Amino acid sequence: MDFHLSKEQEMVRKMYREFAETEVKPLAEEIDEEERFPMETVEKMAKLGMMGIYFPKEYGGAGGDVLSYAMCVEELAKVCGTTAVIVSAHTSLCCAPIFEHGTEEQKKKYLPDLCSGKKIGAFGLTEPGAGTDASRQQTTAIKNENGDYVLNGTKCFITNGNVADTFVVMAMTDKSKGNRGISAFIVEKDFPGFSTGKHEKKMGIRGSSTCDLIFEDCVVPKENLLGKEGQGFKIAMMTLDGGRIGIASQALGLAEGAIQEAVKYTQERVQFGMRLSQMQNTQFQLADMECRTQAAQHLVYAAAMKKQEHGDYSKEASMAKLFAAETASDVTRRAVQLFGGYGYTREYPVERMMRDAKITEIYEGTSEVQRMVIAKYMGVK
Amino acid sequence: MKIIVCVKQVPDTSGKVAVNPDGTLNRASMAAITNPDDLNAVEAALVLKEQTGAEVIVVSMGPPPAEGMLREVMARGVDRAVLVSAREFGGSDTYATSQILAAAIDKIGVDKDDIVMCGRQAIDGDTAQVGPQIAEKLGLPQVSYAAEITKEGDTITVKRMLEDGYMTIKVKTPCLITCIKELNTPRYMSVGGIYECYSKPYEIFDYNTLKDHPFIDKDTIGLSGSPTNILTSFTPPQKGAGMMLEGADKATCEQLAGILAKKHMI
Repeated sequence: MDFHLSKEQEMVRKMYREFAETEVKPLAEEIDEEERFPMETVEKMAKLGMMGIYFPKEYGGAGGDVLSYAMCVEELAKVCGTTAVIVSAHTSLCCAPIFEHGTEEQKKKYLPDLCSGKKIGAFGLTEPGAGTDASRQQTTAIKNENGDYVLNGTKCFITNGNVADTFVVMAMTDKSKGNRGISAFIVEKDFPGFSTGKHEKKMGIRGSSTCDLIFEDCVVPKENLLGKEGQGFKIAMMTLDGGRIGIASQALGLAEGAIQEAVKYTQERVQFGMRLSQMQNTQFQLADMECRTQAAQHLVYAAAMKKQEHGDYSKEASMAKLFAAETASDVTRRAVQLFGGYGYTREYPVERMMRDAKITEIYEGTSEVQRMVIAKYMGVK
Repeated sequence: MKIIVCVKQVPDTSGKVAVNPDGTLNRASMAAITNPDDLNAVEAALVLKEQTGAEVIVVSMGPPPAEGMLREVMARGVDRAVLVSAREFGGSDTYATSQILAAAIDKIGVDKDDIVMCGRQAIDGDTAQVGPQIAEKLGLPQVSYAAEITKEGDTITVKRMLEDGYMTIKVKTPCLITCIKELNTPRYMSVGGIYECYSKPYEIFDYNTLKDHPFIDKDTIGLSGSPTNILTSFTPPQKGAGMMLEGADKATCEQLAGILAKKHMI
């Protein structure tokens, strides 16, 4: 695998890094504390093309590539897990399925506003009774006399839910067919019968919007069926494959950010007459953290490059997410330990990073689901 | 309408400054950045481009690796770039540099509606001489230290920031303006701009390109044509902590007056 970055990728990473340090880092503590969605940051990212990085210019995208998108989420997560997941969910879970499965009309109608960041996107699959077992969808989509679809049901834990304008939503069009009875729809927030629920109070990524989507006889025009009837589950799984690259990048960035903070702190903190960084335990801890994180970066970049090349990247995406998420949890926990009591306070960012890291082991497929996917690709039955 | 902006690649002095044994700056071991004031000039040009549709061209003199900096500037929205680069131009001081840049700008062409913009000064030399010298050589009216620029027709109103206040003056195009950091906040590169910047027009003006220009004379360019001679470079000693005198009584005042008199300050 050649990890030589192109000149454009080097340049775009430099831009993300400057942007994250200058615009995102100063807000990270505040939006976590206040559980506030950083709309002002989204507006700034939109102007720079960060809300549609790898989509073609003809649909309003920036014309970049999947790796440059992964690096964007990574650089944002180094300083703010919340801001990283806003971009990830918007891009991977809403723009991508419309781009990959939409008709030309759907792409022309929805992508320019999404890619330019005028509108924010979200994705509705999870339900109270259908988490990891996503096939147990209870939300229904029944055709009315005009051929349009009437949706009823509730989605939960929807990232960007309260701020999004456009949603890709899964619903059962034919319960008798199981997975093959699920269809995907593009839903606008102003469709009658659509509403959002209360903001979920979370352990981490507290600035990100998470809420229920409620469908009460919500009429979705027939032209908003994404793909064909019955293809919804397949579209959802393919979408989550891409989403896993985004979350893996978020996890990677969190680990890298925690290492940066830990290196800085241990070089300043003096105990027993020496800097913590001079102690072998600190050096061994940081070396282990660095190795795991570098390995995670290789997996994440490999998955991003495979998606760019249009290969089957499901296994790579699952491996990247599994390893990066568990690395993020491990590395951020170790960072808190290196900080000692100060690490447990909100005076330093590592406790926030540790809280933010945990979700990467859960959403867009738990670590257990990733292991199931990987084992399936290994032919282990 | 064209806006030609001069930019320079400089060592990043916010990090560790490396100095060669002979006292000259060890540029190779320091990170290179775009001179900060020049980015203010680029931003001002891009704002005028948004208002008028002008073409923005950047010009830099330096070695071939300066291309990276020019591409980054194009990723912010600049339309094309010219790198003035030749062994014959190496070692130029501000006099020789402005001679060469003036020739390059003249070759690009400064028409009636056009503006030339520069940063106030570069952070490596801090001379603030190149912009004004280019204006003199091209016979353009110059306005330095621009903290605000507005354009109406062929008239540009510039608010100059001086040490003791502001001066607002009007100038007609074509003209040269040098910009300071108070003028604006430079924009970031955009993702779309980055993925476009390597397909934008990029030219190199070498010695052969410019050699027939009247400004280009072996006696006035390069190291041999530079009247400046550097005897030595050194880092000035850091200032110590200041002395604080407390109290408003006569004895303290006399003590203060005594210290100032001893330093020949009063």
